[in-house]
Amino acid sequence: MSAVLSLADVHKSFGPTAIIRGVTLNVPTGERHAIIGPNGAGKSTLFHLISGRFPVSSGTVSLHGRPITGLKPYEIYRRGLSRSFQVTNIFPRLSVYENIRCAVLWALGYKYAFWLGVDALRSVRERAEAVMTSIGLTRRRDVQAGVLTYAEQRALEIGLAIAGGADVILLDEPTAGMSRGESEQAVQLIRTVTQGKTLIMVEHDMSVVFGLADRISVLVYGQIIASDTPRAIRENAAVREAYLGQAVH
Amino acid sequence: MSEGAILSWRSWAPWVALALALVLLPRLLSSGSSLTMMSLMGIMIIFALSYNMLLGQTGMLSFGHAVYYGLAGFVAIHAMNAIAQNKWAIPLPVIPLIGGLAGLAFGILFGSVSTRRGGTVFAMITLGVGELVASSSLILRSFFGGESGITANRTKLMPLFGYKFGPQIEIYYLIAGWAFIAILAMYAITRTPFGRMCNAVRENPERAEFIGYSTQTVRFIAFCLAGFFAGIAGALAAINFEIMNALSLGAAQSGTVLLMAFIGGIGLFWGPILGAILVTFLQVTLSDLTGAWMLYFGLLFILVVMFAPGGIAGWLALHGPALRSGRLGRLLPAYALAAVPLAMAAAGAILIVELAHHMLVKASSDGSLVHVFFTTLDGASPWPWLAALALLGVGAALTRLAWGPVRSAWAAVHAASAPVDGPAEAAVVPPAAQGVLPT
Repeated sequence: MSAVLSLADVHKSFGPTAIIRGVTLNVPTGERHAIIGPNGAGKSTLFHLISGRFPVSSGTVSLHGRPITGLKPYEIYRRGLSRSFQVTNIFPRLSVYENIRCAVLWALGYKYAFWLGVDALRSVRERAEAVMTSIGLTRRRDVQAGVLTYAEQRALEIGLAIAGGADVILLDEPTAGMSRGESEQAVQLIRTVTQGKTLIMVEHDMSVVFGLADRISVLVYGQIIASDTPRAIRENAAVREAYLGQAVH
Repeated sequence: MSEGAILSWRSWAPWVALALALVLLPRLLSSGSSLTMMSLMGIMIIFALSYNMLLGQTGMLSFGHAVYYGLAGFVAIHAMNAIAQNKWAIPLPVIPLIGGLAGLAFGILFGSVSTRRGGTVFAMITLGVGELVASSSLILRSFFGGESGITANRTKLMPLFGYKFGPQIEIYYLIAGWAFIAILAMYAITRTPFGRMCNAVRENPERAEFIGYSTQTVRFIAFCLAGFFAGIAGALAAINFEIMNALSLGAAQSGTVLLMAFIGGIGLFWGPILGAILVTFLQVTLSDLTGAWMLYFGLLFILVVMFAPGGIAGWLALHGPALRSGRLGRLLPAYALAAVPLAMAAAGAILIVELAHHMLVKASSDGSLVHVFFTTLDGASPWPWLAALALLGVGAALTRLAWGPVRSAWAAVHAASAPVDGPAEAAVVPPAAQGVLPT
């Protein structure tokens, strides 16, 4: 099977409140998949379930054909799935370079090494510098992440997600709160850095979604009501009624 | 720089300076009391730095770090006695390694429980473990020796190159040697992949999990390594004093190491070194000068927490950029101006503390005459009290006034050193200045 990530009848409840009510989804290798839906539909929760931040109530999540349900976030990461966050989630008092460097260490096999000088590890330096170049923050190398501009922090957020070279990338509203110009730049950035990878993103900005995605799933009230190409989604009556009616002009 | 080397040749310069200082200090300060004090400082530097591997580097607030110091000290005492009794060919300088391994073993044992969670849960468990060990030390008399403790004779071990480690100067060099190794090793660890991830876990444990790291494992390794170095310090204390008792692993000792690290500054590697030196110096000298020395300690801690949360090292490091750009001179007049009322306020506070201490503790047996600041005051008369209050009040008010010039001097220094490039460059905040920027 070519689905790199699949969800089978995934449910999530917080107490009596059902947030995700039976989601089944297959994302093939290399696809750029967008998840859209109205506020409170459970999009971010779905990401938290896939990435291991929350445990699922029932159902199975599989990565590369192996179940990852119940694994810790770092175990899922080590199997090749990395994510960004909707609310910027970086290391605020570390420099941009330190942020990125921390995110490449595990992938390059240095793990918990307390006997190797990190500054002298050429592979780490080169990978970190390459990531900084690709997210356009080379000039801001030694600036504390906490004092970057909002758009720069969003770029760093994506940088942390891609630095380790994971082949499945989850981006949670990468352009949230950006101006039109910033968001166009972000789309360009996402397109470049996810080349050859599988991308699943939650996004509110329809121009971003229709510009980037190969396929779109529409999540409404914890269920996927449609999963199809952008063109088909645009024309889907149920989707228009549930969601796009107000968003597309 | 070879692949994987921790320190480059250029960064060796401060270490050569440190080694020279450690070797030459006894020539400058050769009296018996200064040797004793420097020996104690060396032990406390290792202990405080090991504590900062947790608090400063990894963001783990421990209330029970003396457990590893004290338990390793007891293991070292018993090891010394066993070696002397069985005439094993193990010289004294190896004992700190045994202590370190004991600290590591206890770190693994207690750390496997306490590091499962971070934050408040971790702090509470360390408090519990500390109390557990402290109370069991009074029950297990054969190992802890009850209230009198356990003694050893360090000179009974096999001599090394003819040295029997009886005189304090030989103990000083033993401590200095181990302190050098431990400081270097702990610094090197901050420059490793693990050391950087400790900082990442401190900053944002959640995100660390999403870049592949188990925060629990990072905390556990940091805890074990901190236990190892605390164990070296504990064994050196056992060698230095030739006695260990339950006090050395109790809450007071755990509190002292927290004070040292925090007063020195937990945001910089060398902060706890300053803190250990200063606090040890105050402990030894103040306790000779006044019975109220613990109170001064508490006041110092409160002042640092309120006005210099980066500690002394953080405050000093603020001046780095001004020093490098040659603008430090602009600050000095304002500092000198502020120092006068500050000294007034301090004198007033000291007078009040000394008068109160004397009247509450000693007056019933010694009468109401108080010797303070080279004069004698009558604590039963209201005038010394009023004078002290006036000094404190006027000093504090004038210090507030003098703060204006200090602030504008800083503003001038900042304005002068702001680069042409503007805010983009000005936003570069050196890690040294974290949380200690003047407002």
